[in-house]
Amino acid sequence: MVVGKSVPRVDGYEKVTGRAMFTADLAPGNCLVAKVYHASIANGRVTAIDTSQAEQIEGVVKVVTFQDVPKISYPTPGHPWSVETAHQDRADRRLLTGRIRYYGDDIAAVVAENEVAASRALRAIKVTYEEYEPCINPREAMKGTKPPVQEECPDNILAKSEYEIGSADQALAQAAIVVEGKYETSIVQHCHIEPPVSYAYMDKGRIVVVTSTQIPHIVKRVIGQALGIPWGQVRVIKPYIGGGFGNKQDVLYEPLNAFLTTQVGGRPVKLELTREETFANTRTRHKIYYDLKMGLDAQGHIVARDMLAVSNQGGYASHGHAIAANGATSWRHLYQVPNVRARAYTVYTNTPVGGAMRGYGIPQYAFAAEAITDDAAVKAGMDPYDFRMENIQKGYFADPWLKPIAANTNGVAECMEKGAAYIQWKEKRKKYAGQTGNIRRGVGMAIFSYKTGVWPISLEIAGARMVLQQDGSVTLMVGATEIGQGADTVFTQMTAETLNISMEKIHIQTVQDTDVTPFDTGAYASRQTFVTGTAVRECAEKLKEKILEYAKELLWERRRALQTSARETEEVPGADGGTAPDSASWLPADLCDGCIVNAAGDVLLALEELAQESYYSLRHSSAITAEVSEQVKKNSLSFGATFAEIEVDIALGKIRVLDIINVHDSGRLINPRLARMQVHGGMSMGLGYGLAEQLLLDEKTGRVLNGNLLDYKLPTMMDTPDLTAGFVELEDPVGPYGNKALGEPPAISPAPALRNALLHATGVAVNEIPLSPQRLIAAFEKAGLLSASVGNGSEGKKEDGADV
Amino acid sequence: MYDLEGYWEAGTVEEAVQLLEDHPAAKIICGGSDVLIKIREGKLAGTGLVSIRGIPLLQKVTLKENGDLYIGAAMTFSHLTSHPLIRRLVPVLGEAVDQVGGPQVRNIGTIGGNICNGAVSADSAPTVFSLECRLRIEGKAGVRFSDMKSFYLGPGRVNLAQGEVLTHIVVPREKYEGYAGHYIKYSMRNAMDIATLSCSTVCKIDLKKNVLEDVKMTFGVAAAVPLRVPKTEEALKGQPLREELYGLAAGLVRQEINPRDSWRASRAFRLQIGGEIAARSLREAVLRARAQEEVRLRGPKQQEKVQIEAEQTGQQQEIMQPESDQHRKEVR
Repeated sequence: MVVGKSVPRVDGYEKVTGRAMFTADLAPGNCLVAKVYHASIANGRVTAIDTSQAEQIEGVVKVVTFQDVPKISYPTPGHPWSVETAHQDRADRRLLTGRIRYYGDDIAAVVAENEVAASRALRAIKVTYEEYEPCINPREAMKGTKPPVQEECPDNILAKSEYEIGSADQALAQAAIVVEGKYETSIVQHCHIEPPVSYAYMDKGRIVVVTSTQIPHIVKRVIGQALGIPWGQVRVIKPYIGGGFGNKQDVLYEPLNAFLTTQVGGRPVKLELTREETFANTRTRHKIYYDLKMGLDAQGHIVARDMLAVSNQGGYASHGHAIAANGATSWRHLYQVPNVRARAYTVYTNTPVGGAMRGYGIPQYAFAAEAITDDAAVKAGMDPYDFRMENIQKGYFADPWLKPIAANTNGVAECMEKGAAYIQWKEKRKKYAGQTGNIRRGVGMAIFSYKTGVWPISLEIAGARMVLQQDGSVTLMVGATEIGQGADTVFTQMTAETLNISMEKIHIQTVQDTDVTPFDTGAYASRQTFVTGTAVRECAEKLKEKILEYAKELLWERRRALQTSARETEEVPGADGGTAPDSASWLPADLCDGCIVNAAGDVLLALEELAQESYYSLRHSSAITAEVSEQVKKNSLSFGATFAEIEVDIALGKIRVLDIINVHDSGRLINPRLARMQVHGGMSMGLGYGLAEQLLLDEKTGRVLNGNLLDYKLPTMMDTPDLTAGFVELEDPVGPYGNKALGEPPAISPAPALRNALLHATGVAVNEIPLSPQRLIAAFEKAGLLSASVGNGSEGKKEDGADV
Repeated sequence: MYDLEGYWEAGTVEEAVQLLEDHPAAKIICGGSDVLIKIREGKLAGTGLVSIRGIPLLQKVTLKENGDLYIGAAMTFSHLTSHPLIRRLVPVLGEAVDQVGGPQVRNIGTIGGNICNGAVSADSAPTVFSLECRLRIEGKAGVRFSDMKSFYLGPGRVNLAQGEVLTHIVVPREKYEGYAGHYIKYSMRNAMDIATLSCSTVCKIDLKKNVLEDVKMTFGVAAAVPLRVPKTEEALKGQPLREELYGLAAGLVRQEINPRDSWRASRAFRLQIGGEIAARSLREAVLRARAQEEVRLRGPKQQEKVQIEAEQTGQQQEIMQPESDQHRKEVR
């Protein structure tokens, strides 16, 4: 049994020794270099562009502008394509544009012999603009701008959605306690280590793009769409990638690069973004504004919840309204509330583009929802833990509309119990009540639920192929992608588990090549272990069936040969070898430890021997392979909780995290150590989201102010406390190995837990993240906390009036 | 790939001066942690570079016979932090430069480069100001000395002509002897960050009278250049060493510094933090001065001996002849 074991990563040694090859490592030596010319305004139109000087620079091969690219608008999100026109993603982007929609929009591109020549050429391009007033706030943009950001949306509203269960207004009017709040999140960026990078070339008239992506098969389709060529003319190859976190679940510069190689006779062209471009010109996590209301009865039961969400999309649709809508869906899960209403808007503005990022709208939503949950508990005079325990959905529940989304297993209460015990919730809530002085401590918590994959909102399909090699080992190919999360390792474990052979005998192919690997939509939505896992299991079962079938044939043949020779020497064991009950022991029943065994578990044949026969038998040779392409119409909610203890230095506006734990119900863990690592990574992202990170824009110009890793305060190891991960392992009935989502969930609940801990420590409710020092100082000043003491970094040092 | 016109390495200061004369558009490079970034950003693209990183004279810390401390401009931050003379005589400086970026940057970045880059956030600058260091600069016309205030002209601008090389940061004996200091870097991260605001306090106490005898306080990022606060310093001098001292310091500083609103931090925020870190750095500096004084009063003989002896580190310390005032040529 290898599922459930903390086996080492199958790619671990390659990665730590530097042997693993990433896109930039693979680019050929003669690769040309492409760079993009970005707009220096946020809203307007190019009235003239002069590239003549750039073309003169030594080493410059080609300059293309928005005037040279196909007049085709295409969609970019990494969603499965919809065959129904009404559900297709918004096609609002061109390879290059003369209509500038955000600061940094792509106007032209340069291809040169080397980076220096390309950079010099960029500086030599002259552009004149007609400028319009930029609008960076979606609530303003909703009132309409002239011209609209995207011409097809005159009111700038990309999409809106709403639903109501019961009557929220009526229930709020009758509620004993009503809590209201405005909550806001910030734009943040994924900050994967490897920047988006691709190289493209032509081979026999087709375009080949090697790229750092989470979604190779989707990239192939979008390149075809963007260039207006048959999709089969495009081949996409995905090597190891250095992180994506959703930014690479979008088609970024691959279509432009595919176009550029066609402009230089198919020579290889590399397009690697700088960190600054990654911040400004790829995707970000949407900033969402929430107006929330909650009504309670006199006993502290939630009777109504009402949400208005306005999401800042930026200049292009990308994943669009799916993000805000995901939060609106979550609003009706997790807590038992008879009256629920949600209205969500996604609005175009002149800002960098919002897209997918780990948690897909739920980190924003959960911050707001779990903040108001604590505010409501405070107002009701209840402990936030007790308040939640009283109001959560326990056991099975299902989404009223999106079937089959359901809590097939629900461990949220156990997650809360485990987390509270770890942090010593009751003791510390009491201990830290009513503190004075400059240094104060508090504990806070937050919970969440999260879907596994995207069904039924979107398609779920995965593919796997297995080949029994000549020595009895198995090669495994999937279309799903290893992006650092450990997918290759868990697929290997699953295959080894179902085939019951050792992991060393399973060889997974890590590179996805759309010409070769089975179709799968890729790494996103915490789907692969669940959806691709289902395909892997099906494929392994199919392969096993074929192996047993071949074994039966082989063993029957051998037995017959034995009987024939025995009869010749008059030592016949039985008249009929096939049907006599006492002789069924020769029948292959299962695979065990790399051998074929009978029903009693006795070894009949080594898999190695069978494999060799299957390739070279003169009587019947046929290599044993299996392939599945599986649509998965299942979904299971996963759950979790964060508990955090913090220390606040009021005069400096700083929060120190003393202890933090995430407890997850993700069903059965395929690899507990990898699961822990996944939780640590997500918690670290959640800490940055809650405390430090925000992409700042100039209000007047829309320019990104801090688009680099010095000014964008991504936490370092020195800022990160020890992280603790806990699990509640319930066997999920619909997951292929009892498992459900774990990829994104760890990033969801740390931010609201920290905000609620701050509320406990200081009594100050801060409703915007990050809880940055400047924001805290302003809030403490307002609350009158700043005069508490001066010049004291720690308690116990000060004695007023005494000598020091 | 960097856009460079040329790269020349100097073996001596004279060579560096000559190379800079020969290539009037070239910039000095030492550690490169500022210069290479500017080239990458395109600000200095196509520049030539004269490297002074191979000049042995600039990589030493030397105690002159008169007690002045000469710090070679090409000393890396990490070497400076661990240097015995720095640790013994001006530990606050070693601690300050130990807060630059991360280990990799501290292994290549130099104190001279930090000062000549002219950034108001430079971690060495507030302490170098508070210690009232002098800068030894060599050029075609000879050697000149400059104080810090006249060297820092504005953000990213310093008073160093083409053809001039900063060779040493000099801490005069009377500026460190009997003083203790503490530097606080207030930044958003605990590593890999620049200061949002910083404060270096250097002080001397009179233990018998229990008063603050002398204090020098300098802020980074509170103005366009590192900012001394003379009014605060004057008001604090002679104050009794009591808890009230720190509240007083915070209040005075908030009156005196004049930070601006920017996207990095608001004025109101900087005023709050400025007062607070002033109070905290003063508190720590006083604690250190007290400990130092107590040691001095306990064993004066021992203390003197240590002061005069060159540090025994297993390597020979080079003792340079002091450049007396008559050798100092002011070239402008």
